[in-house]
Amino acid sequence: MKKLIILSVLLAMVSVIALSFKTENVSRNIQPAVAKDSIGSVKAFMQVYKVLTSPRCMNCHPAGDVPLQGEDSHLHAMFPQRGIDGKGVFAMKCSNCHQDENTPGLHTPPGNPNWHLPPADMKMVFQGRSPRQLAKQLLDSKQNGHKNKGQLIAHAWDGLVVGAWSPGEGRAIPPMSHAAFAKAWVTWISKGAYAPKK
Amino acid sequence: MIDIIVNGKKHQVDADPNMPLLWVIRDIIGLTGTKYGCGVAQCGACTVHLNGEAVRSCVTKLSRAEGQEIVTIEALSINNDHPLQLAWNELNVPQCGYCHSGQLMSAAVLLRENHDPSDADIDAAMSGNVCRCGTYQRIRAAIHKAAALQREGAKS
Repeated sequence: MKKLIILSVLLAMVSVIALSFKTENVSRNIQPAVAKDSIGSVKAFMQVYKVLTSPRCMNCHPAGDVPLQGEDSHLHAMFPQRGIDGKGVFAMKCSNCHQDENTPGLHTPPGNPNWHLPPADMKMVFQGRSPRQLAKQLLDSKQNGHKNKGQLIAHAWDGLVVGAWSPGEGRAIPPMSHAAFAKAWVTWISKGAYAPKK
Repeated sequence: MIDIIVNGKKHQVDADPNMPLLWVIRDIIGLTGTKYGCGVAQCGACTVHLNGEAVRSCVTKLSRAEGQEIVTIEALSINNDHPLQLAWNELNVPQCGYCHSGQLMSAAVLLRENHDPSDADIDAAMSGNVCRCGTYQRIRAAIHKAAALQREGAKS
């Protein structure tokens, strides 16, 4: 009996330690239990908005079917088209020029293994959206890539999203660190995912 | 040594995995039909097929091509009789000719995926291939001609 009690205590300790290592993944995949706070949520979203409308994010979330380029978000030279799957058309597919990694040098194609625009049937436009419009769009699973809130939270660590902070030579990074962005993103959603009034 | 397959032939290349595929094709394997234009994927002169897609070989590393199928202008057809080559010849498309191996490789992907391209389809497919002689109108006409030849060939 004594051995059984000791074994049970040991098992419980191991479980607690194992769970402590899982905390980070859990926080990325489920919505943390945080009290709703419309003011705090909107305040966090306004930080998120600054990042999503910065060139590194918005350039691949254009209002039209041609991606944008540069710090002034002009139309991409050569006018590559979105295509049905967001990966270009015919001889103008994204990965024909964009490699798995940034090409060295100024004015060379940035890279990522998953380089693409949103698909034609769900364009997920950031360009020209007001804070309220963008927040509402991000929360609508019919407009956000069929993501629930847990999946939305996890998206902050998507490889293409994180790639915005390694944009290649000559390109500005978003206006805050990825850690600060991720914190604002999670705060916005976990405090109720409120949309700004305008 | 890195294995690549160029125009159906296997090559073992002793080169840095970061070397642009263009230099492997031209300087190591000796196929000089593919041209160097800008070196930064802006002009399309260096276009080759990597597993059927029209990649810019000037920014494509050898490591990406390892074990993959590369096709250059030299193997677009066996006897220079690809419908595009026939149309290019008939309509005297090139002027200086420097960009045209890239133009043809891009157009070949278009015709594979779209047997009857509109002007808009041609523009969408070919807008990444620059021609400093300005032969764009003849390129467009030749692609229409080649598409017709290809459709006729499919019927017979």
